[in-house]
Amino acid sequence: MTLADLKRGDRARIDAVDPVEPSVRRLMVLGLVEGAELECLGGSLGGDPMEMRIHGSALSLRRDDARRFSVTSTADTDE
Amino acid sequence: MAGPAAIGIPLESVTVARSVSIAVVGNPNSGKSTLFNRVTGLNQRTANYPGVTVEKRTGKLTLGSTVFDLIDLPGIYSLSPESTDERIVVDVLLGRVPGTPQPDAILAVVDSTRLYQGLFLLQQLAELGRPMVVALTMADDADERRIAIDCDALGAKLGGVPVCRVVATTGKGFSALRSRIAEAMERSNAESPLFWPALRHEAVALEKDIRGSDASLVDIERALVDDDPVGVEAIRRALGPEADRRIAAHRHSLCGDDPPLAVESRQRYRWIAEVLPQLQSTAAAPLRFKRRIVDWINRPYPATALFLLLMATVFQAVFAWATPMMDLIDAAAGGLGGWVQDALPAGALASFLADGVIAGVGSVVIFLPQILILFLFIILMEDTGYLARTAFLMDRAMRAVGLSGQSVVPLISGFACAVPSIMATRVIPNRRDRIATIMATPFMTCSARLPIYALLIAAFVPNLTVGLANVQGLVLFGLYLLGILGGIGTALLLRKSALRGPKPSFVLALPEFRMPNARTVLMKLLDRALVFLRRAGTVIFAVAVVVWALAYFPRAADIESQRLEAQAEIQTVLQGGALAAEIARIDNEAAAAQLAQSWLGRMGQGVEPLFRPLGWDWRVSAAVIAGFPAREVVVAVLGTIYAVGSEADETSLAERLTTATWPDGRIVFTLPMVLGLLLFYALCLQCAATLAVIKRETNTWRWPLFSWAYMTALGYVGALLIFQIGSV
Repeated sequence: MTLADLKRGDRARIDAVDPVEPSVRRLMVLGLVEGAELECLGGSLGGDPMEMRIHGSALSLRRDDARRFSVTSTADTDE
Repeated sequence: MAGPAAIGIPLESVTVARSVSIAVVGNPNSGKSTLFNRVTGLNQRTANYPGVTVEKRTGKLTLGSTVFDLIDLPGIYSLSPESTDERIVVDVLLGRVPGTPQPDAILAVVDSTRLYQGLFLLQQLAELGRPMVVALTMADDADERRIAIDCDALGAKLGGVPVCRVVATTGKGFSALRSRIAEAMERSNAESPLFWPALRHEAVALEKDIRGSDASLVDIERALVDDDPVGVEAIRRALGPEADRRIAAHRHSLCGDDPPLAVESRQRYRWIAEVLPQLQSTAAAPLRFKRRIVDWINRPYPATALFLLLMATVFQAVFAWATPMMDLIDAAAGGLGGWVQDALPAGALASFLADGVIAGVGSVVIFLPQILILFLFIILMEDTGYLARTAFLMDRAMRAVGLSGQSVVPLISGFACAVPSIMATRVIPNRRDRIATIMATPFMTCSARLPIYALLIAAFVPNLTVGLANVQGLVLFGLYLLGILGGIGTALLLRKSALRGPKPSFVLALPEFRMPNARTVLMKLLDRALVFLRRAGTVIFAVAVVVWALAYFPRAADIESQRLEAQAEIQTVLQGGALAAEIARIDNEAAAAQLAQSWLGRMGQGVEPLFRPLGWDWRVSAAVIAGFPAREVVVAVLGTIYAVGSEADETSLAERLTTATWPDGRIVFTLPMVLGLLLFYALCLQCAATLAVIKRETNTWRWPLFSWAYMTALGYVGALLIFQIGSV
């Protein structure tokens, strides 16, 4: 499963990052690294780009970049 | 400059206040600039770094006998630069910018609610080994969200630096911050901590081999991680052809086959994940009403609806609310000019002051209401965090034309004025993206195009209603649409040709919704208005004076004597209102005759053959030429050239235009000619201020020249096709 598969309200932990794209490395600088936990806050119109919350701050990433992050689902919010 | 010794005062008797330079560095949207404004007050200066378009903001803070020179640097997340703005931060911090001394100390600004990301930059800054003070901003937001941070523990982890909690918008915590800044200089950072020791280890190993080179350890570290040009260059100078292989070897032992930035991120966040629980505790914050509203608004459909509503309001404001103010400025400039003409003896001086200087200043100031309203909206969008949200919403649509969501706001601002819009493209990190956006912006129908649209449409497009739509309104709408399509088409073409490159990346932090602070908003507004006046105002003013001179000189003495004779003659037969009207008519006829033989008139006659295929006579050609440096003068030039006076109301000018004929009696302003002329105005880049700002922002003459030639060619060909096809 990758970050791109998350739905609004899903929580997950990052297992592996494929850092080939420069934009993926920018996301890593913002804290999307192995072990980090995050929550999907939904998407823009048509679901792309996506919005994620990590340690209280929200950031936006494109679906293509989201596919570079393998994740494990942790828990769903009760929304 | 003469020093104290040169003017005869013994040096030792002069007590010079100690001056210390401090770099203010922090994450984007951390309230860094608000903090900077509050610390330095109005005691600031804006300049530019040499060779780049990044604005350099400096300010002074005096504490006791020490003067602190603060320099506000653009927001960054790390020392790995992607944009010019980010590059300059690294270069200033490492003392590489001519004219900017390497900072003695660092004031690091981090949002308390985003400490997770802030710690990345804090590690890198602490490793620079300079005295540092950390300001944790948005302390009120952190309280509201029940985030508690142990400042002492944080300071200790960073190697013993003072940490202050502040609220930049209200000034809470600032007296403590000032004393920490004063104290920070007294302490020396004996041992700066290392958060990624392996990096320093490799850098030290490499430094041993390039002994004698001027590269610092940090230069070498950045060269290993980011291919930092200064570091790499220094290593190449020292090692020659060996250099690249050595860099690669050290990089490999540091990172293996992974990209260094990915390895650095893993390293630094491993440390962050370990220490963050010791520094910060978060209690479950109650889900406040405001938060629920914000969460709901941030969903795609409500957010898009809000975006459209907001844009409609901006348009309404820019066009409707600004108009009364613009009319007022217009009337004031006209009145003042008239007064000067009456007060001074008629001649070149009176005309220069009235039609050159006052009209020139007027043509700058008249843009201020729209520009200020536009800036106000953009600043409010920035400060509420909505600007980033807009980029998020529009990203997908913009991607279809090879741009990213960050191009949306500059493009929309282009409807008011291209100059601030092009300046607003600085938020776009990728150079190709940014240039494509800059090239698209001048196509947007700016407010200076409206007067000529209004004049020509009202005079020549039938005021008919077809179904629900008014034909005049449709034409105006069509012109706006044409601008949008022209801009988007150009961006698309460029991204497929000269600016071909990888898909623009789009990584964006989405700030929390925040209430904007009135003081900050006003300071930013003032700042940008001054930048506009300096950048565009000077060009527009200079252009107005040049166009005046071209239209005024040379003077024909016989026209002037005929005018005086005719007026003397008329005074013997007429009186009262009839006399005044006749005198005005004679004045206007004389002005038109003077213009016809002026440099501008001669240029119009000279280029007429070029524009005849478009159906333009020399008068239209002269007005078009006058409009090339600044399109807003066109209506006034048409007014003079058609002898109704430069301040004529639109109706009398429009009447005059409808009856204008060629020498053989054919009507000049036919519908195909008018539509062609409108299209020419829609597509042409007739604005020296825009060209100047494109030159500044792209740092080359290539792009402004391309833009000018390309848009003029489009306008010419478009007008030619419409006229030729329409006149068949």
